[in-house]
Order: sequence, then structure tokens, then C-alpha cells
Amino acid sequence: MTERCDVLVVGAGPAGLAAAQAAASHGARVALVDMQANAGGQVWRRDARRPASDPARERLDALLAGARVRWLGQAQVVAAEPGQVLVEQAGTAIELSYGALVLATGARELLLPFPGWTLPGVTGAGGLQALVKQGWPIAGRRVLVAGSGPLLLAAAATAQRHGARVVAICEQAPAARLHAFARHLWRWPGKLAQAAALRARLAGTPYRTGRWVVAAHGEGRVVEAELNDGERIAVDQLAVGYGLVPNLELAQQLGCELQAHGAHACVRVDALLRTSVASVYAAGEVCGIGGRDCALVEGAMAGHAAAGAVEAARALQPRRARARAFAALLPEHFRLDPRVLAAATPDALVCRCEDVRLGEIDAHADWRAAKLATRCGMGSCQGRVCGAALAQLRGPAFAPSLSAAGPRPPVFPVRLAALAAHGAAPHAPPPAASEPITHSVPQGTVP
Amino acid sequence: MSAAPVRLDIDGVAVEVPAGASVAAAVALAAPHFRRSRSGQPRAPLCGMGVCFECRVRIDGVEHQRSCLVPAREGMRVACDD
Ligand SMILES: Cc1cc2nc3c(=O)[nH]c(=O)nc-3n(C[C@H](O)[C@H](O)[C@H](O)COP(=O)(O)OP(=O)(O)OC[C@H]3O[C@@H](n4cnc5c(N)ncnc54)[C@H](O)[C@@H]3O)c2cc1C
Ligand code: FES
Repeated sequence: MTERCDVLVVGAGPAGLAAAQAAASHGARVALVDMQANAGGQVWRRDARRPASDPARERLDALLAGARVRWLGQAQVVAAEPGQVLVEQAGTAIELSYGALVLATGARELLLPFPGWTLPGVTGAGGLQALVKQGWPIAGRRVLVAGSGPLLLAAAATAQRHGARVVAICEQAPAARLHAFARHLWRWPGKLAQAAALRARLAGTPYRTGRWVVAAHGEGRVVEAELNDGERIAVDQLAVGYGLVPNLELAQQLGCELQAHGAHACVRVDALLRTSVASVYAAGEVCGIGGRDCALVEGAMAGHAAAGAVEAARALQPRRARARAFAALLPEHFRLDPRVLAAATPDALVCRCEDVRLGEIDAHADWRAAKLATRCGMGSCQGRVCGAALAQLRGPAFAPSLSAAGPRPPVFPVRLAALAAHGAAPHAPPPAASEPITHSVPQGTVP
Repeated sequence: MSAAPVRLDIDGVAVEVPAGASVAAAVALAAPHFRRSRSGQPRAPLCGMGVCFECRVRIDGVEHQRSCLVPAREGMRVACDD
């Protein structure tokens, strides 16, 4: 089955929703695809136990009710090439052809290994937030939230609102740098208000700076978290996340040029959010971690541009510059202490799918060699977790997103039955467009 | 809670979750872990968003479903440890 649309938007977070809305406003036939059952992405995830506290819902439903937007939920794009993508939904394959494509695939958490991080009860920080909103039982449990970045506060607040006892929040950055960060916030009153509200809600929760988790202890499940100062804290749930990394698999498969984004990479776009591949746009976290406001304005810009309304896109450039200027503060103030990386001991598993220890990786020169020799990154998650971790721990030679060989299709494991029903094996990745990108926006600077 | 709760079968144990909850939430109520790793270690969800594949289980006979991405539905039969 082949379906057609003018503008295809992959990802229905703030960026994808704004893109769909903008493109539809010019009369384009829009298809919006997300592997989650509901639209909203990471920040507007529907809350199963507290449905009333979902301010985004009306907005989403209004958009999705629009006749011009075709919504494909619980549908993953498993392969992409210029002009068409392959979508898997409920075990069947759908071929979607498009005039223009907006990549709004968002970001995932940076999860770094430490001894015991594979124990049940240990999750990412945003990971815990996501699970709790989906009904994960947390009431009465002792939770420690650790890692780095503003997401720790949001995750702790969600857990607490659902009845968890948050025993502490441990931020690896030193207090002085956090104070410096706070002093910048007056320029973004919305962010300031958000931060203040979170801190107020967590008033009784100890917030420790310069602290990080070096090990999780327990038999069959976590019972204790060990901090860098030697303290051990009894927990039922341990949530550790070190910020976010863009989801680049589709962009890479399409041949979009990438650029460095800290130890990782993001999609390189010009001032109108065009990627290096003709008719392919990118918006939101996939262009560099920027947060919700950035995702919203970039999504709108990409949606306008993809529908051919270049002036409407251009009019949003000042708002984008403001949002990106805020984003630029994050890597500076929350940069990782090298000692945090040392929590990944040679004995710690780095590839959870294939049970490969970090020490085994260190016998090899780069990601490809390590992968061939140890099977690291060859399991179900296809290196999504260990690839980002190794990029952070061992540098560019171990960064799959920065190496020449992009991921092959399918970008998610897909059942053979779905492909057989579709009558085709996934195609080989297409070559990049010959036209080089002319105007690129460096991360966080004003275009 | 508005809608009626949903009942599922997790490895033979009956579990009730609110409408809109994920299968992962239901498994958490009934099973000590979701799967075992290659070397036999117990594992449970890590990312909550479809990235890590640690939460995979068999749902109504279909293997390797990421339970954090699947909304719980009345009467689902879930098997861990595949
Ligand atoms: C776990 C987590 C929790 C977060 N919580 C908060 C919070 O509480 N507050 C806050 O301000 N910020 C939070 N963030 C930051 C958040 O990333 C951004 O603020 C915002 O959600 C970015 O919007 P986006 O549209 O760029 O991406 P996202 O919201 O991440 O949306 C991307 C969407 O693309 C979909 N997708 C990706 N690849 C495919 C594919 N191949 N096929 C189909 N669909 C695909 C994903 O399912 C996702 O829904 C969180 C981030 C993470 C990772
Ligand atoms: S918890 Fe990571 S894929 Fe479900």
C-alpha cells in the first residue's frame, strides 16, 4: 500500500506538531508519524494516572482532528530515502511518498554506565519520568534522581507528584556553575518561572551539587546507590541521566550532513532549517538540544518552509535565535566532570544487549573494530544506548553518529512478516544530495 | 481517573492498571523482571521511550514488543523472559 502526502512529518513532539500545523495552514496534505501511541513527544507525554494535568492535549486533538492532517500513531519509520519512507504500524508495512519531509525525531537520554546500572530498578532520569507518566507504580517508593541538567528537576517533580519519596537529587555540576546559570535566566522569564516553580514544588527535597552515582548495589534489583563521596543511600528506584542526545538514525540514512554537538552529533541545517538533502528539513532536538520552546519555533519554521511559505518561516528567525541562545547555556553550565566518566569502570557492562564490558571495548581502536570483535552495538537497540555512551566516554573514534558508516535500514528492528507483506526488503541507504549546504547555523549562535 | 481500569494477564497473574497505562506499567506490578540478558541477568526498563529495548516482552504471542510503547488493553496476555 502506497500513500501520498505533500509534507511528511516524522515525530509528533512539539517540533513535529508545530510543523504539521504550519504546513497544514498553507493547505498542504500532511502526514504525521510517531512510534508512540499518542502525540506529544517527550515533554507532552500524556499522564495515565493524572489525565487532568495534560495542558497540551486540547491543542493536539484540535490539530489531529483537522481533515488535512493524517495521523499515524504507534507507527515507526523504519527506512527512508528521497521521496519516500517505509512505515511499520501494527505489523504491517506502509509506503509513504512525500513532497517534503520534516525530521522531528527528537532526542534520547545520555545514559552512562556504572557498576550495577543494569539492575532492575535503575532507569534514566527522563526514563523514570516517562515510565511514571505511563502508570509505572511509584507511590511510596524511595527514589534517587541523579545525573545532570534541568531534566532532573522535572523528573523528580513528576515522581513526587505521583507519590514517590524523592530522597535526593544529585547534580554532578558544581554549585558555582549552577549559580552562574541561574544568573542568566532573567533574560528568559518563562524559563525562570519554570525553574522557580519546580524548585518550590521540590522544596523539601535535598538538592546536592557536585555529587554523582558511582555504583548501584543489589541482588536482582537495586537497593542502594553509592555516591562519589562514598555515601550509600537506600533506594527502591534509581534514576540517572546525563542530558540528551539527538536521534539521528533517519537523518543519517537519508544522507543528511551532520555536525558535532558536544561529544555527539546533530543534523546540520541552514537558516530555513533545510538539511543538506533536497526537500528534507529538520527541527527541534534533532538539530541540537534546545528544549521545548526551541522545538516549537523550529517546527513551525520547518513546516512553513516545507509547504513553500518561505516568508512565514523567515519571520520566525528572531524567535528561533532567542531560543537557541538559551540552549547554548546548557552545555557550558552542565558540562560533565571527567570524574563522572570514571564511574564507568572496565568491569561495567557498556552494551546491555550483548553484555559487553567496557574493558573489552578498550582493546579496540574504534567503534567499528569494537563492534566486529565484541558484538557491542549489534543487539536489539542497535547501539542507541552504548553508542552514545562510548562517544562520551571514549571520544569521536567511538561515536557511531560521527563515523562515516551510518546505520543501515531498518532503523528499528522490524518483523520480517511486515516486510514480506509489503513485498520488499529494505533498500540500501541512498547517496547524499550533490548540492553542498551553503549556510549553516553553528550550535547556539544567532543566525 | 476517568475511564475504567484495564485488566491484563502477566505470566498468569491478573493485573489491573489505569486506562492509558503502558504494558510496562502492568508488568512492573506483577513480574520481578521483564527479560533476561544473554548472560542470564534480570533486566527491566531503562529509557521509558522505546530506545533501549530492555522492556521487551511477548504480548498476545508476538515476541519482542517494547512494552513501554504499547498501551495496555483489556485481556492482553503478556509473557516475560523470552
Ligand atoms: C525522556 C525525556 C523526558 C523529557 N522531559 C522533559 C520535561 O519534562 N520538560 C522539558 O521541558 N523537556 C523535557 N525533555 C526534553 C524534550 O526533548 C524537549 O523539550 C522536547 O520534547 C523536544 O521536542 P521535539 O519535538 O524536538 O522532540 P520529542 O519531543 O522528543 O519528539 C520526537 C518524537 O519523534 C518520535 N520518533 C523518533 N524517531 C521516530 C521514528 N523513526 N519513527 C516514528 N517516530 C519517531 C518519538 O517517538 C517522539 O515522540 C525530555 C526529553 C526526554 C528524552
Ligand atoms: S524501556 Fe527502553 S525501550 Fe522500553
